[in-house]
Amino acid sequence: MSLVQSVDNVALLPAYLAAGTAVLVLLADLLLARAGATVAVAAVGAVATVAGAVAVGAGETRRTFCVGADCSWVFDGRSALVAAVFALLTLGVLGLSGPLLGSGPTPVGEYCFLLACSMTGGVVLGAAGDLITLIVALETLTLPLYVLVGLRRGSLASAEAAVTFFVVSVVATTLTLLGAALLYAVTGGLHLDRLGALLADARDLPLTTAAVTLVVVGLAFKVAAVPFHAWAPATYDGAPVPVAAYLSTASKLGGVVALLAVVQRALPADVTGPVLAALAVLTMTVGNLVALRQRRTVRLLAWSSVAQAGYILAPLGALALAAGRTGDARATAFAAVVGYAVFFVTLELVAFAALVALRPVGADGGSVDDLRGAARRHPWVGAAFALALTGLAGLPPGLAGLFAKVTVVRSVLDGGAGWLALVVAVNAVVGLAYYLRLTATLYASPGPAASVRQPAWTVTVTLALAAASTVVIGFAPQLVLDLAVR
Amino acid sequence: MSLGEFLLVAVLATPAVGAVLVAVTPRDRAARLVGTAVAGLTLVAAVLLVSGDRGWSAFGPAPAVLPWHRLDLPWVPGLDLRFHLGVDGLSWPLVVLTALLTVLCCGYTVWRVPAGGTGRALVALLLVVEVGILGTFLALDLVLFFVFFEVVLLPMYAIIAGWGGEDRRRAARKFALYTLLGSVLLLVGVYVVVAEAGTADVAALTGGTGLSRGTQLAAFTLLAFAFAVKSPLWPLHSWLPDAHTQAPTVGSVILAGVLLKMGTYGLVRMAVGVAPEGARWAAPALGVLAVAAIIVGSLVCLAQDDLKRLIAYSSVGHMGFVLLGVATLTATGIQAALIGNIAHGVITGLLFFLAGAIKDRTGTGALAELSGLRETAPRLAGLLGFAAVASLGLPGLAGFWGEAFAVVAAVGRGGGLWTTLAVLAAIGGALTAAYFLRLLRQVTHGRPTPAVARVAPGLAGAELAAWTPLMLLALAVGLVPALVLGFAAGPVDALVGVLR
Repeated sequence: MSLVQSVDNVALLPAYLAAGTAVLVLLADLLLARAGATVAVAAVGAVATVAGAVAVGAGETRRTFCVGADCSWVFDGRSALVAAVFALLTLGVLGLSGPLLGSGPTPVGEYCFLLACSMTGGVVLGAAGDLITLIVALETLTLPLYVLVGLRRGSLASAEAAVTFFVVSVVATTLTLLGAALLYAVTGGLHLDRLGALLADARDLPLTTAAVTLVVVGLAFKVAAVPFHAWAPATYDGAPVPVAAYLSTASKLGGVVALLAVVQRALPADVTGPVLAALAVLTMTVGNLVALRQRRTVRLLAWSSVAQAGYILAPLGALALAAGRTGDARATAFAAVVGYAVFFVTLELVAFAALVALRPVGADGGSVDDLRGAARRHPWVGAAFALALTGLAGLPPGLAGLFAKVTVVRSVLDGGAGWLALVVAVNAVVGLAYYLRLTATLYASPGPAASVRQPAWTVTVTLALAAASTVVIGFAPQLVLDLAVR
Repeated sequence: MSLGEFLLVAVLATPAVGAVLVAVTPRDRAARLVGTAVAGLTLVAAVLLVSGDRGWSAFGPAPAVLPWHRLDLPWVPGLDLRFHLGVDGLSWPLVVLTALLTVLCCGYTVWRVPAGGTGRALVALLLVVEVGILGTFLALDLVLFFVFFEVVLLPMYAIIAGWGGEDRRRAARKFALYTLLGSVLLLVGVYVVVAEAGTADVAALTGGTGLSRGTQLAAFTLLAFAFAVKSPLWPLHSWLPDAHTQAPTVGSVILAGVLLKMGTYGLVRMAVGVAPEGARWAAPALGVLAVAAIIVGSLVCLAQDDLKRLIAYSSVGHMGFVLLGVATLTATGIQAALIGNIAHGVITGLLFFLAGAIKDRTGTGALAELSGLRETAPRLAGLLGFAAVASLGLPGLAGFWGEAFAVVAAVGRGGGLWTTLAVLAAIGGALTAAYFLRLLRQVTHGRPTPAVARVAPGLAGAELAAWTPLMLLALAVGLVPALVLGFAAGPVDALVGVLR
């Protein structure tokens, strides 16, 4: 047996491209020292990563770093989808950051470098085949964000947000690591598929319940599921708005992908199911109820994204009842999670992009009242914002959100959890109350006339593209669902 | 593509494209005219849908649903959603009524735009609402039905919140939240059915084939609850009076005229059709609630002191008759429900137009401040009298058939419960007459109040143009109920056939 592994470099191409982007950004900043060039390099790198992910993902599933049958790197259709979405979100956030980076105090090179690093973590995450790769990828995704959150210089809220986020996130990682270590101690395996086989064979291994719970809880922090959500609103509100957009889309997607990987492949459904069902119910209910009372826009969106995490977890929770059921119901549930997550991040990106477009450069999210009549001053931006909000509420004209809701309810019912479907349904009604309030504020008669200011072109382009893709996947949701199943 | 398929697409695509056209037309009045023209084209397409093979003479056992035209295209296979449209005798009268009321409302808006926003936006929203309602009536796929059911919600919210009265925000929010509660339960109910049956095709599902008793009970409960919110059935009706009182005239007309029918139509086609076992199980409860709605609606109306609110509550009573007809699960009852639907749409649409006209002229809707209208505006008072008499169910006018035959059907069911319900419903009918006569005495008779004294006697041409078709229809359906029943007899017999 050769000591040198053969490495399938093609499978690793998307990760190379993402990591290469980070390095090139750093070099460009050092050598060219021009803000525009640095941002352009980062954007081109993100596009190249998307292209690489699509090219590799279009073929067969590729595996590498294998020990026997277990592989640490499995790049299949879903990995490609996740990698492409991460890269696109990075691209979108770069676009939203245009005015922020142009305005001065933010260091452009560092900003783009950190964003590219975070993207690398996301790309690797989707293909991770063992617990260590998974956790390292998730940390690579999160670590740069501590700094990005604190980048609003001179803002106490920003610094506080960064510290809160840092402390909570480190604790969460510790929990996950402890769970992973316990699992290793019990089973001697780290590869997800191997763990799944071992845990399925030997049901009564000591400590497994504790270990599984620790892993799930640690990851629940990352998706900001109640009761591990308290960091999210403060952090989102303190961060620069584009970074908040990244947190609520890419970072949340990272948590979902990690959770999905361990639940689908490694951990026994009869242990994770009840935990996740309880988390889902708590998350959507608390998130929606607290969001009702929010007066600040970003906090409202933050709480709403907490609630959305509940909907994402619901199909996984339904697996508690589907444990003995066909692989079909399980596949539907996993596809529903991925599908909902993609619909959600698209809508969320549109909402944040519209918010960036409506707010002054470098400002925070402001209060809901600051947006009074905004849609009358900026009809197109306002329409996109309203589209995103109705989509998040799950109603036409936000068809993408409607189908997202349908996907979740359907998979929950396929799993035989009718009560959970009813909880989702009632929560959708509560959710509409605050989305409507925000939307109605946009169209209310304006207060003292604020000056009509054109948003920067990068923001406009990002918003237009994101809104267009929302409309497209709204009319053709099968595009997303097909990709999510692979 | 056959003519029928083309017409089905045209009925939905014309108002959808029209809404966009209206939104981008630069001048406001021109936009409103474009909207009216588009609504007119939609009406033409809707009427033409009747041109098809309506034969029920096919060999072999008749299918439960036999649409005149159908269009079946895949849309989202991953969610069991097909773009499956069809029209038959159950849906066609409602489709035409929807198209007609939209034309009248758009035309009325050309003449007068309520305060609150541009006429262009209002007409565009009316057209979007029309797409949703028509789609709901035409859908032959459970999931598609749900999607169209949802399309209506936010545009209607915007109409109330944008162009409504003083307290419009609260009323609009209440409307949106209540109806969303109904439609999310519909969503759960739809997928309870689809998860077990593996298909969402209404034609295949009608009769409850392939569904266990437990599923049928669960599905019927969820669907009936959803439709009861929309119809609305007492005690889930409390959004309706607020929404009606605050909505602009055209909003009230669409809301009462056709939006509520989405609930009763859904109950007949989806809930009863797909889960007949559940329908039989729940029929007594449904009947009791329907009669409670009739009695409660009438009593509240007797004590009402606001014109629009009174008409809104009268809808609760009238829809009670419709639901009573459905609850009997007999051919007579369901036919009574269908004609009751149409009659209520025509007459209450007219009543809301008239109430709006009175409120616009006098600036008040309080009955205490209105009296002696026939002194200052005899023609308006006469029209109000006609509409009120039609609504209270005078034989010879449209309102009569639905109410009378709902009672007849309940008596026909026999047994203590149904006979009692029939008697109570008949008493409710008498109370209906009482409150409408009280309304007429208060508004038209007596000495003119200061508010009424200002009213000029004339009627605008646009008003007459909007009201005349409704008056003629109320008369025509009253004299020749076969206008509706002739189309509905076949499908209703087929539906009742699978219920047994």
